[in-house]
Amino acid sequence: MNDTKLAWMILFLPLLSAAAIALFTQKFRRLSIGISIASVVATFLMSVACFFQFHGVNVADSTVEWISIDSLSFEIGVHIDSLSLLMLLVVTGIGSLIHIYSSVYMKEDRAVSRYFASLSLFMFSMLGIVLSTNFLQMFIFWELVGVSSYLLIGFWYEREAAADACKKAFITNRIGDFGFLLGIIIIWSITQTLSFTKLQDLLHTSPWLLGGMATLSGVCIFGGAMGKSAQFPLHVWLPDAMEGPTPVSALIHAATMVAAGVYMLCRVFFIFTPDALHFIAYIGAITALLAALIAVQQNDIKRILAYSTLSQLGYMVMAVGVAAPGAAMFHLVTHAFFKAMLFLGAGSVIHALHHEQDIWKMGGLKEKMPVTFWTFLAGTMALCGVPFFSGFYSKDAILAAAWDNGWLFGIGIIAAVLTTFYMFRLVFVAFYGEARSESSDHAHESPKAMTVPLMILLVPSVIGGYIGISQMLAHFFVPHGGETGHEGSVFDPLAPFGHAPMAALLGFLAVLVGVAAAYTLYYKADEDPIPFKMRMLARMMRNRFYFDEIYAVFINYTHEGLAKFADFVDRWVIGGAVHQAHGSTESAGRALRIVQTGSLQTYTFLFAAGLAVVLYLVLIH
Amino acid sequence: MIHVGLEHYLTVSILLFCLGLLGTITRRSLLVIYMSLELMLNAANLALVSFSRFNKSLDGQVMVFFIVTVAAAEVAVGLALIVALYRKRQTAHVEDLTTMKL
Repeated sequence: MNDTKLAWMILFLPLLSAAAIALFTQKFRRLSIGISIASVVATFLMSVACFFQFHGVNVADSTVEWISIDSLSFEIGVHIDSLSLLMLLVVTGIGSLIHIYSSVYMKEDRAVSRYFASLSLFMFSMLGIVLSTNFLQMFIFWELVGVSSYLLIGFWYEREAAADACKKAFITNRIGDFGFLLGIIIIWSITQTLSFTKLQDLLHTSPWLLGGMATLSGVCIFGGAMGKSAQFPLHVWLPDAMEGPTPVSALIHAATMVAAGVYMLCRVFFIFTPDALHFIAYIGAITALLAALIAVQQNDIKRILAYSTLSQLGYMVMAVGVAAPGAAMFHLVTHAFFKAMLFLGAGSVIHALHHEQDIWKMGGLKEKMPVTFWTFLAGTMALCGVPFFSGFYSKDAILAAAWDNGWLFGIGIIAAVLTTFYMFRLVFVAFYGEARSESSDHAHESPKAMTVPLMILLVPSVIGGYIGISQMLAHFFVPHGGETGHEGSVFDPLAPFGHAPMAALLGFLAVLVGVAAAYTLYYKADEDPIPFKMRMLARMMRNRFYFDEIYAVFINYTHEGLAKFADFVDRWVIGGAVHQAHGSTESAGRALRIVQTGSLQTYTFLFAAGLAVVLYLVLIH
Repeated sequence: MIHVGLEHYLTVSILLFCLGLLGTITRRSLLVIYMSLELMLNAANLALVSFSRFNKSLDGQVMVFFIVTVAAAEVAVGLALIVALYRKRQTAHVEDLTTMKL
């Protein structure tokens, strides 16, 4: 029952595939695609098997010692509980669909083998995070997903924007990871262990073990999630990451990697003190609101989805902050389904329009691409939280958990209104009305390998809310003092209205307001009316509240100032000393050179004179 | 008749030495400088022989034999060097030999 061989195979199969493609099959495009897809589908099937094998088992751990120095010992291993099982299914399931989708989407690309090798590397790293048994292992895989994300964002590296975006993503993540590492070191220095289970036991028996460092370490660790899940001050990289291929955006920057931050917060939820949770909640709320505001005035279909991802990640982080990790994970799972579907739908549109991403150059796609349209609409409804779609249940769980804090709840509702507004704006502008450009006039439905994954994703996106995910999570988090939204029977589509009627009603109201506003402003509109009505605000939103510019100025002042200071020290302090040393040596040399006349007679005379002086001194005195 | 003592021999020796030194310092031709050096060497030899004679000891004369033989060898080498130098530079004047100077 507790045999973990399967889990180990799940972890290493994608690595094998990445290595095989990178080392041997670079030249054979179809073979590379085949290897990669086979590996990820096999991983998915093994995850399903694993799920049934460990269903009902509380925790299964299997570790091997990796490095041992004196008392220090680092282990890598696989940790299986309901949290990681759920995440395994999500990552490998969505991963499989996206691999299949990519095989068509990327077919024409000349470096398709590199693409699939990077994708397999990503799967390996992501599964490593999911199965981590301790902080160090998680940190290593954390960096590995950063690397594979870097490789995939910069996949079309000959485009300058993509090359810049991948550097930006990596560096911004490194800032967050610095905090993560600091947090890990603080915890290590106090408890001498990094294993999640041991830490949990330690903190369970002596809650004050971390003492004054408890909040600090929690906030530092949250720093890692801030980078990876693109939370407020470090959110700038995610929209730029859309420079990568669209399936990558779907897999890495919507469904899995960016959710790794939230997953990590849930995994180590027992570490956070109330103060740290407060901080986390507010950061999440700010991100949710800010990103939703920015999304309202974006015109690039992928950027709108990117900001919506940011906003939803803000929701999840806020849920962790209000001590409802179950709700956060629930939303993570449903979001992974419908956001992957939305991105793949956007990819289908972009593919059909020959890489046109501006929604104002689309229009009228409803009839031309029916499968894409209906799945996209379903995804939008799930994202907005229309009842009976999965997003409604998970979002409601978060809103219900935030109910006690008026501010957070208010922000949640406002962000929900904005979400509905900008998503339906996107749907109305892109799919309804007249075709606004030649390419959208000639668009037609994408091939089967792209629409079938969409249709498969449609199923969990719709019914994901009442198939028992939240119950499974509730069961997992209850012992840690976290609370989740719904309990009770598994299939109960109306549960939210019974459990927290006000939150559910307000959430539903938010959807209605958002749809109504989007309908009046954008249904069959030819241009965006908002910039004419609210000039200032619209410009701020369109320019992403000038975060990139502010950071550029900030970096200019601090970085450049620091560089100038360093230059001054180097030039005048260190350089001065060197100049002094070499100057005095040189002038001494010049002075002594005059003595060297090169005239033999002079030397002889001086020699004789010197001898005479010595003789005089020795003999006479 | 004047009695010739040690001081007379030594005076001659000093005079010879000073002449040699003066020649070394003032002359420009390598060959002449070389001859002056030999002069100084022989001044030393004279002093040694005189000391040996007046101290009734043969040590000084033994030393002179050595000096004479070494000087002969030295002359052979030195003259060869000068000839080689002359062939290469067409000059044996010390003012022209300043290539070692920066």
